Amino acid sequence: MNRRNYFHLLLLAAAVILIQLCASGLNKEFYLTQLTMSAYYSLVVLGLCLLMGCAGQASLGHGAFFAIGGYMSAVLTTHNLAVWQKAVWAGWLQRAGVLVLQDNLFDGTSQLVFTPWAAFLAAMVFTIVIAILVGYPSLRLKGHYLAMATLGFSLIVYRLLLASPLTGSADGINGVPPWPILPGLTVSGEKPLRISNYYLSWLIAMMALVLLMNLVHSRVGRALRAIHDGETAANAMGINTGRFKLMAFVVSALLAAAAGSFLTHYNAGIGPSEASAMKSVRYVTLVAVGGMDNFWGSLLMSVLLNFLSLRGYFGTYDHAVFGIILILIISLMPDGPFKPLGNLIQRLSTNRIAGGKEKHGSA
Amino acid sequence: MVLLEAFGIRQCFGGLVALDQVSFKVQAGTIKAVIGPNGAGKTTLFNIVSGIFPPTAGKIVLEDRQITGLKPFQVAALGISRTFQNPSLFAHLSVLENVMVGRHGRTYGGLFNCSLRLPAQRRAEREARDFALDCLDRVGLAWMASESAQALSFGQRRMVELARALATEPKLLLLDEPASGLNTRETGDLAKLIGRIRQSGVTILLVEHDMALVMEISDDILVLHFGTPIAEGPPAQIQNDPKVIAVYLGEDSNVAASKEPEMRLR
Ligand SMILES: Nc1ncnc2c1ncn2[C@@H]1O[C@H](COP(=O)(O)OP(=O)(O)OP(=O)(O)O)[C@@H](O)[C@H]1O
Ligand SMILES: [Mg+2]
Repeated sequence: MNRRNYFHLLLLAAAVILIQLCASGLNKEFYLTQLTMSAYYSLVVLGLCLLMGCAGQASLGHGAFFAIGGYMSAVLTTHNLAVWQKAVWAGWLQRAGVLVLQDNLFDGTSQLVFTPWAAFLAAMVFTIVIAILVGYPSLRLKGHYLAMATLGFSLIVYRLLLASPLTGSADGINGVPPWPILPGLTVSGEKPLRISNYYLSWLIAMMALVLLMNLVHSRVGRALRAIHDGETAANAMGINTGRFKLMAFVVSALLAAAAGSFLTHYNAGIGPSEASAMKSVRYVTLVAVGGMDNFWGSLLMSVLLNFLSLRGYFGTYDHAVFGIILILIISLMPDGPFKPLGNLIQRLSTNRIAGGKEKHGSA
Repeated sequence: MVLLEAFGIRQCFGGLVALDQVSFKVQAGTIKAVIGPNGAGKTTLFNIVSGIFPPTAGKIVLEDRQITGLKPFQVAALGISRTFQNPSLFAHLSVLENVMVGRHGRTYGGLFNCSLRLPAQRRAEREARDFALDCLDRVGLAWMASESAQALSFGQRRMVELARALATEPKLLLLDEPASGLNTRETGDLAKLIGRIRQSGVTILLVEHDMALVMEISDDILVLHFGTPIAEGPPAQIQNDPKVIAVYLGEDSNVAASKEPEMRLR
């Protein structure tokens, strides 16, 4: 992160605050709900930016990682373990804060479930294992093996979620409890918590942004960018290319899964459509439309397009819109819209300066 | 002392035998050249030494340690670095960053340290930067440090590649046709630079078509023809070897001219 990035970060924070003040002032606070969700979805996009934009490895499986995080949280925090309540270990885990006795929302009986924090940590560990299992074999090869393998992976996850009673089949899982993430701060979609959740989501998104940008401008990020530009040369210069590609893959999968966990608690539930291949394509689109290795661009486009999509502006064409944008971007402006735009602005402003000088000279 | 030794290297690509029965030694602190007509297998030999692919048969030993079958990054960690026949800089990195990539194996810092930019990490980054600048300075391109790699001329790319290889602090440096695409003045500078690198204690294995340069700077020459060694020895001996002259029949004027390398370089 350099000084300019910190300035941009300040601008972003100011915009976040301003939007909240306007929304509250104009009595349109419901907008904040979609903006909160967009911020969480942006975590997936930022992670994918690292993997695709920096390391140059395309993944069509990040919808599946999002779903893995979300479903892990959902299943563990709602699945009743009461049959084991008498077991010694259940007592230990309760005292350790891993399990908790909770009143069922529907019938008032008490049930033994995982705490949201325990479920989240389990989701992270599980994601690391799955990401390594998927990424290790395909990342050792060059080319588009990762895109193919991850596409297959996301189709499998989607089908498993639809088939399994544990994950609620086509209905998904409802009644996921709020997540008291810090004392006084709870991830929940309830109306009174709207503003605090809006700020929490944006704080998390900005933290991810800062960490990722630090990473990109460091030894690790340099290694990833070198791999993107020339894998053989990078390897010959001492970079364990397989390991670094896997690292980028796991980090991006973790961000996707974390986004899944947060959003599942925020929405109090999750459905199988989150794992569909179209969702994965959407994330790839958002990275491409942001300019591939441009974290700022991807964040802005992700928030904008996700917000419009969540507000229902694309209607029944929702998935088609993202598909069309992807095709247009890849065929017309592979660098995304921001670089050409920046060049244009630069050209215009230098023209103006040059023009001004001329006038000055003739005067 | 022998730094690198190759034993009976053989490399087949499908039905094509690119190298066969190639054995040689590289003495520490010397400059050894590998010459031969186009397609003789010189680059293939470099790829095998640097671990890009394992040989079909034979083995490579670096200081009593067998390195055949190691990955390129492992070979690099043991002290072998290289440049490529087609300069392969990282196009989207700056010149300085390109050279800093060469510091990768000599520095630490993983996910945690780098994403949090801990003080130790910032210090390591500064040191890598200084070292890289130093390497750029050695090839005379420190003033281009902040340029994009794409902004460089062909000759400058070769030099930055050389700086990047130096940044790994190699024991053995493999240079694949470092003078191709350079003009006479640049080639002269390169000869001096290679001499200075050797002075600093780096052993050099060189593939080069510019016979004047080869004869001027190398201590020892290996001649490959269709993948097999046909002669090996000091420049004076190679120049008068009838087999070598026969192989270079079309180019023998070149070999003859190189008997007065000083003249040609001036
Ligand atoms: N990866 C590969 N796959 C198949 N054939 C290859 C491969 N690399 C090299 N060859 C073949 O091996 C032979 C030797 O090639 P090599 O590049 O080693 O020659 P060279 O001596 O470096 O030639 P030049 O002076 O033109 O660079 C050539 O016939 C080439 O076509
Ligand atoms: Mg070659």
